[in-house]
Amino acid sequence: MEKMARVSTALGGNTLTGRTMFCHLDAPANAISVCRDAAQVVVAGRNIFKIYSIEEEQFVEKLNLRVGRKPSLNFSCADVVWHQMDENLLATAATNGVVVTWNLGKPSRNKQDQLFTEHKRTVNKVCFHPTEVYMLLSGSQDGYMKCFDLRKKDSVSTFSGQSESVRDVQFSIRDYFTFAATFENGNVQLWDIRRPDRYERMFTAHNGPVFCCDWHPEDRGWLATGGRDKMVKVWDMNTTRAKEIYCVQTIASVARVKWRPECKHHIATCSMMVDHNIYVWDVRRPFIPSAMFEEHKDVTTGIVWRHLHDPYFLLSGSKDSTLYQHIFKDASQPIDRANPEGLCYSLYGDLAFAAKESLISSDSNRKPYIGDRRHPIFFKRKLDPTEQFEYISSSSALSVFETDVESGSMDWFVHTAKQYALAGRPLAELCDHNAKVAKGLDRNQVAQTWTMLRIIYSSLGTMSSTNLNHSMGKGSTTLPLMNSFNLKDIPSGLGSESRLDRSKGESRTENILMDSSSTLINNEDNEETEGSDVPADYLLGDVEADEDDLYMMDHENPHAEEQEYSLPQEAFPLRHEIVDNPSALDHLQDKADSPHVSGNEAETVSLTPVESFSLISISHSLYENRLPSDFFNPIVRDTLLFYAEQGDVQTAVSVLIVLGDRIRKEIDEQTQEHWYTSYIDLLQRFQLWNISNEVIKLSTCRAINCLNQASTTLHINCSNCKRPMSNRGWICDRCRQCASMCAVCHHVVKGLFVWCQGCSHGGHLQHIMKWLETSSHCPAGCGHLCEYT
Amino acid sequence: NKKTSCSFLSAYHQRTCNNFQVSPPLTRGPSAFIPENEVMQANGLDERTNLLVEEYSTSGRLDNITQVMSIHTQYLESFLRSQFYMLRMDGPLPLPYRHYIAIMAAARHQCSYLINMHVDEFLKTGGIAEWLNGLEYIPQRLKNLNEINKLLAHRPWLITKEHIQKLVKTGENNWSLPELVHAVVLLAHYHALASFVFGSGINPERDPDTSNGVRLIAVNNFCVCDLANDNNIENASLTSSNFGVSVARRFFLLASYFAIFFFTAFDDEIVSTDVSRYVEDPGFGYKDFARRGEDHLPTFRAQDYTWENHGFSLVNRLYSDIGHLLDEKFRMVYNLTYNTMATHEDVDTTTLRRALFNYVHCMYGIRYDDYDYGEVNQLLERSLKVYIKTVTCYPERTTKRMYDSYWRQFKHSEKVHVNLLLMEARMQAELLYALRAITRHLT
Repeated sequence: MEKMARVSTALGGNTLTGRTMFCHLDAPANAISVCRDAAQVVVAGRNIFKIYSIEEEQFVEKLNLRVGRKPSLNFSCADVVWHQMDENLLATAATNGVVVTWNLGKPSRNKQDQLFTEHKRTVNKVCFHPTEVYMLLSGSQDGYMKCFDLRKKDSVSTFSGQSESVRDVQFSIRDYFTFAATFENGNVQLWDIRRPDRYERMFTAHNGPVFCCDWHPEDRGWLATGGRDKMVKVWDMNTTRAKEIYCVQTIASVARVKWRPECKHHIATCSMMVDHNIYVWDVRRPFIPSAMFEEHKDVTTGIVWRHLHDPYFLLSGSKDSTLYQHIFKDASQPIDRANPEGLCYSLYGDLAFAAKESLISSDSNRKPYIGDRRHPIFFKRKLDPTEQFEYISSSSALSVFETDVESGSMDWFVHTAKQYALAGRPLAELCDHNAKVAKGLDRNQVAQTWTMLRIIYSSLGTMSSTNLNHSMGKGSTTLPLMNSFNLKDIPSGLGSESRLDRSKGESRTENILMDSSSTLINNEDNEETEGSDVPADYLLGDVEADEDDLYMMDHENPHAEEQEYSLPQEAFPLRHEIVDNPSALDHLQDKADSPHVSGNEAETVSLTPVESFSLISISHSLYENRLPSDFFNPIVRDTLLFYAEQGDVQTAVSVLIVLGDRIRKEIDEQTQEHWYTSYIDLLQRFQLWNISNEVIKLSTCRAINCLNQASTTLHINCSNCKRPMSNRGWICDRCRQCASMCAVCHHVVKGLFVWCQGCSHGGHLQHIMKWLETSSHCPAGCGHLCEYT
Repeated sequence: NKKTSCSFLSAYHQRTCNNFQVSPPLTRGPSAFIPENEVMQANGLDERTNLLVEEYSTSGRLDNITQVMSIHTQYLESFLRSQFYMLRMDGPLPLPYRHYIAIMAAARHQCSYLINMHVDEFLKTGGIAEWLNGLEYIPQRLKNLNEINKLLAHRPWLITKEHIQKLVKTGENNWSLPELVHAVVLLAHYHALASFVFGSGINPERDPDTSNGVRLIAVNNFCVCDLANDNNIENASLTSSNFGVSVARRFFLLASYFAIFFFTAFDDEIVSTDVSRYVEDPGFGYKDFARRGEDHLPTFRAQDYTWENHGFSLVNRLYSDIGHLLDEKFRMVYNLTYNTMATHEDVDTTTLRRALFNYVHCMYGIRYDDYDYGEVNQLLERSLKVYIKTVTCYPERTTKRMYDSYWRQFKHSEKVHVNLLLMEARMQAELLYALRAITRHLT
C-alpha cells in the first residue's frame, strides 16, 4: 500500500511528459544516472561530466562539473551515481581508481566533495545505499569492494572477493545489509555489509565476466545478471542455492541490465560491443525482445529508467556522444517484423506449416483433425488478465500435411545419385553411363540430355566422318508439376486460395531450334489448368532430311517409342497431344524458382514420365569441324538452368561436374554455389554421405570445396576410464594409458579404428572383422554382445 | 604476508654494475642463451613430460620453442592449445594460408627460425611451392595483407579503420571479416613469437631435412654493439622527476625512453636477402610512439578498449572460440607466479609482472589510467629496459649480452617468464589496435 501511495505522489504531483529526444554531448558517455525527481540527468565519461535537466522538448545543460583548465584523471569517470535520497549528492568512479563524491549544494564552482584514493586500480562501479544517506559502495578492478561512510575520510570496511576484478556492486533494494557483487571470472557474491571477512554466498553465474547485475525493484529475491557470454539470467535468491529462473540469450555481450519499473518481468539491456540497440525483454519470452530502441549509432554505455515508478521513459547515453530520452510508445517492436509463418519439409516429404492463429482461424469451418497422428496441432496461450503489459498474442497454429507415400517416393533420386558416375573416366563414357542410368529409371529426358552432351562435347571430331544426320527426340519438358501432397484437413482458407495460386505451376517448353547459323531458344510458359492437357507448341527446325536418314538416339528400346514418333514431314508448328496425367490432383508447389526448396518437386518427374518429342535435326553440314563445342555452351547453360528451375538440381550439378571447365565459366559462381549447396543438402537428407562428399570434392566452387574441411573433429571417450579424451594423442590424460588399444591384438591402433558403440571396445578393422566371424561377443571379454553397423 | 617485489628490486638496482662477463652463445640445446641442463631440469617434471609426450605425439616433433617454454608447463599448455587451434583446427582460412601468413609475420622480424618451420608446414599442408619464391608470387589477396602486417609488427597505432575497409572492400580479392580476424590473430601471434624466439635465443632446429632448397640459413645476427656500456643516453629527467611531473608526461617520457639511442645505433642495418623476399618495405621499423617534444599524442586509453570487455567479444564473434583460448593464455601469463624471485621465496610478484606488462603496452602507446608509470622506473633496471625494448620492438637485435646483463642473480626460468610476459603483452597490444580498428569499421 505504501508503494502505491508513493506512486501517486511522485507521479501525480509531477506527471512525466516528454517525447523521444536527444542532445549531443561533447564526448562519449560512460555512464548516466538520474536524480530522484526525474527532472535531471548526469552524464559522465572520460571527457565529460555534466548535468542536464530534462525539459518537455529538449535536454538543457545545467551544470558542467569538469572545472579547472587541465582536468585531472579524477574526472575521467567510469561510472556515476546520483543519490536517490539526497538530490545534492553524487559519486563517481574514476578510471585511475579514485572515488569522488560531489555536493551540488556547494556554493563554489568546484563541487567536488570527498576524494577516496584507496583503490589501486580502476573503479568499475559505485553504488549508494538505497536508504542510508552516507553509505557508498565501490567495486574495483583490483578485486576489492570498499564501503565508505561519507562523514569519514577513509573507507569503513573493505571486502575482498578473493578472485578477479569486481565489475558491478549493487545494494539489495529491500535487504538493508545485503549487497551483490559480480566478478570478472563469472562469479556472483552476496555480502553482508556488517561482515567484511567473508561473503555470505557465492555462485557461478556466467561463463566469463559478469558485467552487470540488478536487483528486482519489487521481488526481493530476484537478481538479474548480464555477462560477456551474451546471456541475461534471472536468479531467485530466496532458496538456499541461487536458482536460475529465466535466461535470455542476446546477440552480444551484455553491458547493463535494468529492470523496468512496474513491470514484473521486463528488463532493459544494452550491450558492450557491436550491437548498439537497447532491448526491453520480457524474461518469460526470451527469444524476441518485446521492445527495441535503435537510435544510437555507437555502443550504448548507460541506460536508466527516468523515474523509479514510471515504465515509459528510458534514458540512455552512448559512445556516439548523444544522450537520448526514449519513449516507450516510439519503440520498435521486433515482433511486428518477425515472420510468424514457418514452413518445413520432413525427410519423408511431409510439410509442416505454422502460422499465426488469427490468420488461420478466420475460417470457422475448420475443425481439428482427429484420429491421425499428423493432425494439426494448435497452440494457444491464455492471456493473463492480471498482466499489466500483456504479451503480444503469440499463439499460432501448426498444420502438418502428409505426403502421399507413393507419389512422394524419391527412389529415383537415390538411385540416380548412387549410380551416376561423375569423374574418373573420359567424358564420353561418363555421359553414356549416366544416360543409361537415367534411362533405366525411365527418365528419358535426362537420358537424352546426357547423350546430347556427349555428342556436343566429345564426339565432335569423330562425328564428321560419320556423316550422319542426327535427329534426336528431345523429351519435351512439359511435365506437369504434380501434387505430392494429399492435404488432409487443410484449412479451407489456406487450402482453396493458396492451392489455386500454386496450381498454376509453370510448364515450360523448351525448344531448340537450330537454324543454319543461329540458335534460337524458345521458352514458353504455359498456363496450365488442373488436369487438363498441356498444350505445347513446337517449332521444328528445318528438317530437310528424310525419315530414313534420321538416326534414333534411343537405341535401347526403339520400338517402344516408335509409335509415338510421328515424325513431321513439314516444318510447321505441331501440337502434340499429351497423355492426361491420371494422378493430377492438387498442386502444391512452392517457389519453383528455388531449387533448394523445390527438391521434392523433382520427384514429379518420376511419376508418369509423359513425354512428347520434338525433333531436332542436326545436319552434318551445320557443324563440321569448324563449329567448336563452345558454340553450344549457351544451350547447355540454359538446359542446366532449366533443370535447376524445375527442381532437378541433381541433373544440373551432375552435368556441371562432368563437364567441368567446359561449362563452368558460363554460369555465374553464385548460381553454381546455390546448386551445389542445394544438391548436397538433398543428398544429406537422404543420408547419402559418401556421395555428398564426393560431390563436395569434385566441385569447383571454392566455397563448396572447403565444406568437407570443416568440422572434422571426432570426439571420443577413453575406453578405459570412459571419460572424454582431449583431442590430441593416443594417451588418455586421466588414466595414463593408451586409449585406442586393439582388443584383439593388444596393440595401439593407428589408422582405421572400429569400435562397438555399446561397450566402446574395438580395434583394428581387420581384426574385429575376423573376430566377429567366429564370435559375437566383445573380444575384450566384457561380455557385451557387440553390434556393428 | 608476502613481501612485494619492490623492495628486492630497488636493492638490486643499486648493485647493478656494468662490467660483467658475457659467456659465448651456446650452440647446443634449444637455446643459445640458456644452458641445456637449465631447460631440462625444472619443477613439475611429471606433468611436463606428459605434456611434451602429448605434443610430440600430435605434431611429430618437439621444437626448441616448446622445450624452452616447457619450463613453465602451465603456460605451455595454453600456448600450445591456442596455437594448435589457430593453425590446425576449424577456421576461416585454408591451412596453407595460415602458414604463409605465419611466414609473412615472422619475416617482418627476419626470424628465420619461424620461417623455416612454417615453410615446411606450408608445403606439407599442400601450399603452392611457387609462393615461397617471394611476395611477388602470391595471390593479390594475400599481398593485400602486407600493409597491415607491416603496421602491426612495428607501429600498430597507425592502423585505422581505413586499412580495414581497404581489405574488406576490394572486390574479388576481399577478405571477409572472419578471415581477416583469423589473419590478424596469426600475424600478432607470430610477431610476438618472433620476440620470444630472439629474446630467448632459440637455436635453429637440428633436423636434417634441408633438401627442399627453400630453407634459409640461419643468420647469426648476434650484434656486436656493446649496449650495456653506453651510459650517455641515460635520461636524467626520468629518474629525477618522479615528483612534480604530471602523470601524462611521465607516460610519454617512458614511452620514448632510449629513442635516440636506437636510432643512431641501427640505422644502417642490412636485411638478409633470403628473408627479404617475404618482406615488403623492409626499411619500415618501430619508431617511438612518443617522439620527444610531442606531448599530445592520441594515446590508446586502455580502459576504453580492453581485451576483456571489447577485444574478446569481437574476436570470439568473428572467429569462434579463439577468444576463450587467447583469454586463457593472457590470464595465465599475467597470473603466473611461483612466488619466488632470484633466491628469495614467498614474494608477491604482482607489481613486477604488471610493470613488465604495462611497460610493453606503454611502448605501443597504450596507457592505463590507473597505473603509476613511476613504478616502471622503480622496478625495472636500465639494462632490463634495454632488453625489453629490444625484444619487443626490434627483436632481431637481441644479443646474448643483453640477455645476460639484466637480473644477474635471477634464474633462467625467471628470464623465460619475463619473455613470456613480453610476448603476450605485445600480442595483446597488437590485437587491441587491430580489433579496435575493426570495431570502428563496423560502427
